[in-house]
Amino acid sequence: MDDLELERGVTALVHGQALAIFRTHDDGVYALGNYDPFAKASVLARGIVGTREGVPFVASPMHKHAFDLRTGRCLDDGDVSVPAYDVLIHDGAVFVGARHREVT
Amino acid sequence: MTHLRPTLVVVGHGMVGHRFVQAAIERGLTETHDVVVLGEEPRPAYDRVALTSFFAAESADELSLLPEGNYPDPRVRLVLDAAVTEIDRAARTVTYVSPALRLSSEPLADPGEVQLLHYDVLVLATGAAPFVPPVPGRELENVFVYRTIEDLEAIREASREATAGAVIGGGLLGLEAANALHQLGVETHVVEMAPRLMAVQIDEAGGATLKRHVEQLGLSVHTGVMTELIDGDADGKVSGLRFRDRPQPLDVEIVVFSAGIRPRDALARECGLDLAERGGILVDEQCRTSDASIFAIGECAAPDGRMYGLVAPGYSMAEVVVDTLLDGPGAFTGADMSTKLKLLGVDVASFGDAFATTEGSLELVYSDAVAGIYKKLVVAESDAGDGGFVLLGGVLVGDASAYGVLRPMVASGLTLPDNPEQLILPASSGAAPLGMPDEAQVCSCNDVTKGQILTAVREEGCEDVKSVKACTRAGSTCGSCVNVVKNIIEEHFASEGKVVDRGLCEHFRLSRQELYDVVSVHGYRRFDDIVEAHGSGRGCDICKPAIASILASQFNGHVLEKENARLQDTNDAYLANIQRNGTYSVVPRIPGGEITPEKLIVIGEVARDFNLYTKITGGQRIDLFGARMEELPAIWKRLVDAGFESGHAYGKSLRTVKSCVGSTWCRFGVQDSVGLAIALELRYRGLRSPHKLKGGVSGCARECAEARGKDFGVIATEKGWNLYVGGNGGAVPAHARLLAGDLDTQTLISYLDRFLMYYIRTADRLQRTSTWIESLDGGLDRVREVVVDDSLGLGAELESEMERHVGSYFDEWKATIEDPEKMSRFVSFVNAPDTPDPSISFTEERGQIRPAEAGGPVVLATTIPVGPARSAVLG
Repeated sequence: MDDLELERGVTALVHGQALAIFRTHDDGVYALGNYDPFAKASVLARGIVGTREGVPFVASPMHKHAFDLRTGRCLDDGDVSVPAYDVLIHDGAVFVGARHREVT
Repeated sequence: MTHLRPTLVVVGHGMVGHRFVQAAIERGLTETHDVVVLGEEPRPAYDRVALTSFFAAESADELSLLPEGNYPDPRVRLVLDAAVTEIDRAARTVTYVSPALRLSSEPLADPGEVQLLHYDVLVLATGAAPFVPPVPGRELENVFVYRTIEDLEAIREASREATAGAVIGGGLLGLEAANALHQLGVETHVVEMAPRLMAVQIDEAGGATLKRHVEQLGLSVHTGVMTELIDGDADGKVSGLRFRDRPQPLDVEIVVFSAGIRPRDALARECGLDLAERGGILVDEQCRTSDASIFAIGECAAPDGRMYGLVAPGYSMAEVVVDTLLDGPGAFTGADMSTKLKLLGVDVASFGDAFATTEGSLELVYSDAVAGIYKKLVVAESDAGDGGFVLLGGVLVGDASAYGVLRPMVASGLTLPDNPEQLILPASSGAAPLGMPDEAQVCSCNDVTKGQILTAVREEGCEDVKSVKACTRAGSTCGSCVNVVKNIIEEHFASEGKVVDRGLCEHFRLSRQELYDVVSVHGYRRFDDIVEAHGSGRGCDICKPAIASILASQFNGHVLEKENARLQDTNDAYLANIQRNGTYSVVPRIPGGEITPEKLIVIGEVARDFNLYTKITGGQRIDLFGARMEELPAIWKRLVDAGFESGHAYGKSLRTVKSCVGSTWCRFGVQDSVGLAIALELRYRGLRSPHKLKGGVSGCARECAEARGKDFGVIATEKGWNLYVGGNGGAVPAHARLLAGDLDTQTLISYLDRFLMYYIRTADRLQRTSTWIESLDGGLDRVREVVVDDSLGLGAELESEMERHVGSYFDEWKATIEDPEKMSRFVSFVNAPDTPDPSISFTEERGQIRPAEAGGPVVLATTIPVGPARSAVLG
């Protein structure tokens, strides 16, 4: 947890996958795939974290597409989403688990 | 001599003669006729209109209209150095001589030595000759006319030993000639008999505006002055000019006559063709002379008794004759005498009834004496009786950008819009889309028009930029048109009487300007305090960078300081520009574009060692592309050690101040543009602002630094500096406009301090200086009131704010590499800091790296095992 700044992301290598891990203002921790499907680049962890109508989100640094930190769903285009993963905090360490099933 | 095919002889190989031959070839006249062209000059036709550029051209060939030296048609024979001496209409022959014969003063004793040429059809395109009034002394050495390349060569030769020269005649060509003399480094006087410059084309007020422009360039203008005598010295060279009713003479060593032209109609006169009353060969609508087998075109011709001294009507006549010879219906019935040109860098245009000679016509005038802009429209009530107006003509000086729209309106007879003054008011920068037609493309990346955006707003319920983006894709690619999109939406709702929300985003109801004031008044230093007191939620990608910028402008702390780091957009967050594959580019500062060989070598070595793509930027710096985020500190360590500092290419901040070499090296430079550019770049480096800022300094009016394309542009004058503001490239390009002229360096800097701080205080988020100026009530005049006249009494305060910035500047890259905490974020993976991101790969093009096309997220190993919270451990 100490490596996670508030309202910022980091990239982690998890089983060969680049994941973006975010810590929100209220100490929520979220994990998304790092790959921005619009820009086709592995950059999401470097986006600005904030809220949109209460929904925690990250804005991709490329073209500012917003992704819901909880579900990976793109807030600007409902047809697009990035993988979102389960997260558990234990003893100051962040554990990343399975990919969420699609929320419908 | 008998001919199976008729021979067509063209006398004269100037622009019009050339055009005639071209048209004859293109339209098939050479299928039936052999063409012989007799040119008097030693070279084929050249662009006489662009004659002045001869001095800048590598050689005379650059002006040539026939660079190959011959026509691509074997049925056309071009004979140069051939002066026609006689036309025998009865025998249908022309006589011509070579230059050796012409130069001898002996009469042509032996007719056998001259060439005789039979014609079936003769086309006279002998042009015009400069008119030299019978002023005593005109035979002296160093008296010239301005017509041929040979004339220019002679003027250039004479200018090597002259310090001052005069051009007699202040018309179009006279000003061209004056420009040429000035460019040759000769102190230049323009002497005009009429009370104003360009008396034929523009009115009194326009002439006065033009005069100011010309004088600003360092030329002296004397209007209403009649030359009485050219003084000579003992060697028979020019030494001065004396005037009627004016006691003081002018000391000059060169005199160039440009007092009008006279048609060259001597040949026609001698062979008995009818001439017009005031000279010129009289021709009918087919350009046929009083001899049915002889035509005349261009400046030597006088259709309906009138001579046309422009090239365009000459071209029309050439086409008419070709058409006539092909039995076509072509006729020349007069020409549009509209002109638009750039004289000494000043736009001048005149079209239609520029002098309002039509009965009942009215004049609409816009004049900005400080900026040197004068525009006049001549209108009349429409015949349609609908109370509307039609355009008859006009004059534009200083800004002729509207010419393209206005001139066609003269012929169209269309009724003008209700507010015709809009047509000549200062160009709205496009950010105010008033008047932008629905067909206008707003987003060029996705080809979205204004009309499509309005449809999205009216019919699909879009109410803000975000929804318009989603609906039309406008602004979703490069984002440079977002402000225009926003304005279109706001304009639409404003027109429906709805209150337009100027709040920054859903988190703040305040505008950027209001937030700036709030931060300033309360002294906030943290985003959290601001959003708690004045906003809601946790902010977003719109308000966070805006507040980061406001805090940086006011306090100039490090952008990666703990509290503010999370507000920064990705470029500021990593102090580098993110590029398409997620790598970054590095741009060290090279103030004014001046760099030592040692530093160049360091950049080269760094680029080589890190395998970076290098490109010289438009802003006179060197871009190093393809750095992985984790490599940035090592790259910058090398650069900082070599004496480089951050170039802020990543920030909404001052980027570069571009310069030419100025008086240090350039033979035309009048001030040290490099020195000033470096001083300004160092003064404003690191200054965070609503949008990126660029500057330029040119050492003379040639403007090689393209300073007027910048947010602030400085152009040297003989007396100091002219300051222009509000230029930019981008999606809606704008030319900077004159804020104040002839400033000393200290005043220039104080005005610039005020201008930039006023902009930073009051502009909208991501609003460029050009659109900001347009958005102010009063526009540029308002800026001038605040900056120059200090009407708000803010001058000292704005200057001291800038002083605070200058005094608190530090290099943020140096500070970053010295701070382990800031360095800790430059890792590829938090749990595997040395593993490069596998999704980044490069390929090669033209010997350097470039991003490889990405197919999708790269998977190094297997997928993540299923089951909550049992796989990877971080930290």
